[in-house]
Amino acid sequence: MTVALSPETRAPKQPLQPSGWLRYFSFSVDHKVIGLQYLVCGFAFYLVGGALAGAIRTELLSPVSDFMPRDVYNQVLTLHGTVMIFLWIVPVVNGAFGNYLIPFYVGARDMAFPRLNAVAFWLIPPAGLMLIASYFLTGAAQSGWTAYPPLSITTPATGQIIWILSVLLLGGSSIFGGINFIATILKLRRPGLKLMQLPMYCWAMLGTSILVVLSTPVLAGTLVLLSFDIVAHTGFFNPALGGNVVVYQHLFWFYSHPAVYIMVLPAFGLVSEILPVHARKPLFGYVTMVYSIMAIVILGLVVWAHHMFTSGTPPWMRLFFTIATAFIAVPTGIKFFNWLATLWGGRISLNSAILFSCGFIVNFVLGGITGVALAQVPFDIHVHDTYFVVAHFHYIVFGGSVFIIFASVYHWYPKVTGRMLNEDLGRLHCALTFIGFNLCFGPQHWLGLNGMPRRVAEYDPQFTLINQLSSVGALMMAISTLPFLWNVIHSALKGPPAGDNPWNALTPEWLTSSPPPVENWIGEAPLVEEPYGYGVPADQLDLASTSGPDLWSSGK
Amino acid sequence: MKSGISAVQIPSSILTLVIGMVLALGGLWIGQNINLLPTDASLNAPIYDELFQVLFTIGTILFVGIVGILIFSLVRFRKKAGQIGDGVAIEGNLPLEIFWTAVPAVVILFVGLYSYDIYDRMGGMVPLAHDHMAMSESQDQRIWAGISSGSIDSGEVANVLSIEVTAMQFAFLFHYPDGDITSGELHVPADRPVTLQMEAKDVIHAFWVPQFRLKQDVIPGQPTQLSFTPTRPGRYPIVCAELCGPYHGGMRSTVVVEDPDEWQDWFQTNAKQDPALQSPETNPVSNA
Repeated sequence: MTVALSPETRAPKQPLQPSGWLRYFSFSVDHKVIGLQYLVCGFAFYLVGGALAGAIRTELLSPVSDFMPRDVYNQVLTLHGTVMIFLWIVPVVNGAFGNYLIPFYVGARDMAFPRLNAVAFWLIPPAGLMLIASYFLTGAAQSGWTAYPPLSITTPATGQIIWILSVLLLGGSSIFGGINFIATILKLRRPGLKLMQLPMYCWAMLGTSILVVLSTPVLAGTLVLLSFDIVAHTGFFNPALGGNVVVYQHLFWFYSHPAVYIMVLPAFGLVSEILPVHARKPLFGYVTMVYSIMAIVILGLVVWAHHMFTSGTPPWMRLFFTIATAFIAVPTGIKFFNWLATLWGGRISLNSAILFSCGFIVNFVLGGITGVALAQVPFDIHVHDTYFVVAHFHYIVFGGSVFIIFASVYHWYPKVTGRMLNEDLGRLHCALTFIGFNLCFGPQHWLGLNGMPRRVAEYDPQFTLINQLSSVGALMMAISTLPFLWNVIHSALKGPPAGDNPWNALTPEWLTSSPPPVENWIGEAPLVEEPYGYGVPADQLDLASTSGPDLWSSGK
Repeated sequence: MKSGISAVQIPSSILTLVIGMVLALGGLWIGQNINLLPTDASLNAPIYDELFQVLFTIGTILFVGIVGILIFSLVRFRKKAGQIGDGVAIEGNLPLEIFWTAVPAVVILFVGLYSYDIYDRMGGMVPLAHDHMAMSESQDQRIWAGISSGSIDSGEVANVLSIEVTAMQFAFLFHYPDGDITSGELHVPADRPVTLQMEAKDVIHAFWVPQFRLKQDVIPGQPTQLSFTPTRPGRYPIVCAELCGPYHGGMRSTVVVEDPDEWQDWFQTNAKQDPALQSPETNPVSNA
């Protein structure tokens, strides 16, 4: 070693971060690497959760419990719910797309706290592996993802404790992420960029992160108390020791209802990015969209007891939570009407991204309508804890969030890899998913109305045919993953080059190379004041190529 | 926009009106004619079905309308081969946005008030303390939740059949204090108000009879109650609706709704021979 080499000149030769494919397995602090880590890791857990769903639908092919032991069935449904919520949807709609896109959108070179960001991601694989390993080591938790005591206190303790530890780690990851997003959006905006010029996904992530930071600690505290009840035999929630089981439900749902918005608001943001690009029109009603997100955040915090209408809630409480819950439909409705208005009068490319987005609109509208119905106490008293509820929330989280995850993959894949996906395979994937999904969950509304409770391994034989129909839908959904996987892997290696901006989009992530360089832009970050400046003004339309409806839709 | 539209003969406002009317009438027809619910076998089931019909109608109109607009947009505004350029640059329309904020708000408010009325008619808003006062001294515990027997016409309260329900892994036990009968099946006479006093011994269960459209959690440490008046004789399933352990799916029983005479026979056959408790028509209060 010579004295002449100062540390500064050595640094470029030995970068702090690994490069090449190895960086995806490293403690990278690059927000784009972390985003992809979240996405791929989440998708791996999605396959696990999907296999568990397959096991459930196989058991329900016949009205008797004949596919797996009953306690294993309860472990499977607990793992399915926990994996899908905490390891797939929440990390992907927040962590994956949030980390990849937010720094671009605010004009930053990385997140506000890059190391915290990497920590947040690296909590997920061990938590997930621990959760799944618990099934093989001691038997997993079997009290459902809700873990209501006293059931969670009386079922085998080891599995339940591992479940609690795993959810605590995942909750911690979520809180770290939320803090990071709030700081990045509010403090790392490039000079000159105003809040009301941000792409809508930033607002969605700001709202979501506020919910994460306010409500996740409540869940964490509750689960810590629950674990005391299990290991130290305290009596917080144990009625035999003077505890109160309904208090647990209040605390649990204080997080877990906002969790629905934590899964759905980012999807609302993503769809607001996708529709304008492919419809070639500005996002309709930007300002009202922002206000509706914030209204959903506030209302979302005060509706939790609608999960407890048949539990120990007094009548007045039932009334308040009915009204509050139903009113969430108003800001949500605004968003849907605005998306329809964004499509209206556009030049819509019917590609996979837009088709998945439209599938989302159809599914979510149905889920929203059943949601307003479920908010009504007398309606809920009949269908609470039945397959009607199962159908409803799958329409929200699968028909909503998961459809948008796929739409987003089709939309941003060219940016991330620099290559295009095969559109025909994409449309096949979309059609199979849409049909399979509706076949699987549509009939479950009827099952619930007619007397099939949820979380059962055996049921009244009169429901056999409809359950088999539902299982066929589940099989179609499983098959629909194959063209997607092939498409994503094959296109990464052999897909046609995408160029920097294949969709002619205006948001900042498209104003750099594909894939983007470390620190996002070679020169200064672009200042995008109109992220949705698509379209031609109505008075400049070429009258020869237009027709009446184009003009009416100007709405003036 | 008044000039320049030559290709279309029928004004769009009329078309929209017609489509709206067809949609509304279609929704009403579907709400009236498609029945997705099981038999109604209690006094409040037809009230529930009324609410269901209203929600189903509104839901159908909204869903078909929104999906219709979506599909129309996708077809009408799709990018055709060879087309280049963007759509129209419309960034918003405040009056329109106020309109579609106000309409759902009014609908939601209407549905909320209507369902409040339904819940009131089902007796959900009657304070639970009602029974607490009327019952004998053994009932000095707090009732935490449920539907009070005060809900059923107050004049008839004296005639309420009170049954104690114990839920445990994985069965329901029904105890008739009047005749000291313990049964695994719930036998109730038609057209007489019934109040279940429910308590769980181990974990949370839920008592659900789909044909009664009623459900109430049975919670350890927190007694709940559920009142209803069965109307239609028959055998209906009692289903546990809260995950309670491995055999949760098998935790089922039957409620037998019988003609009052038949029920009287069943009761007399099974009642313990205590003369003071012979008459099931007597309320526990009058015995005390």
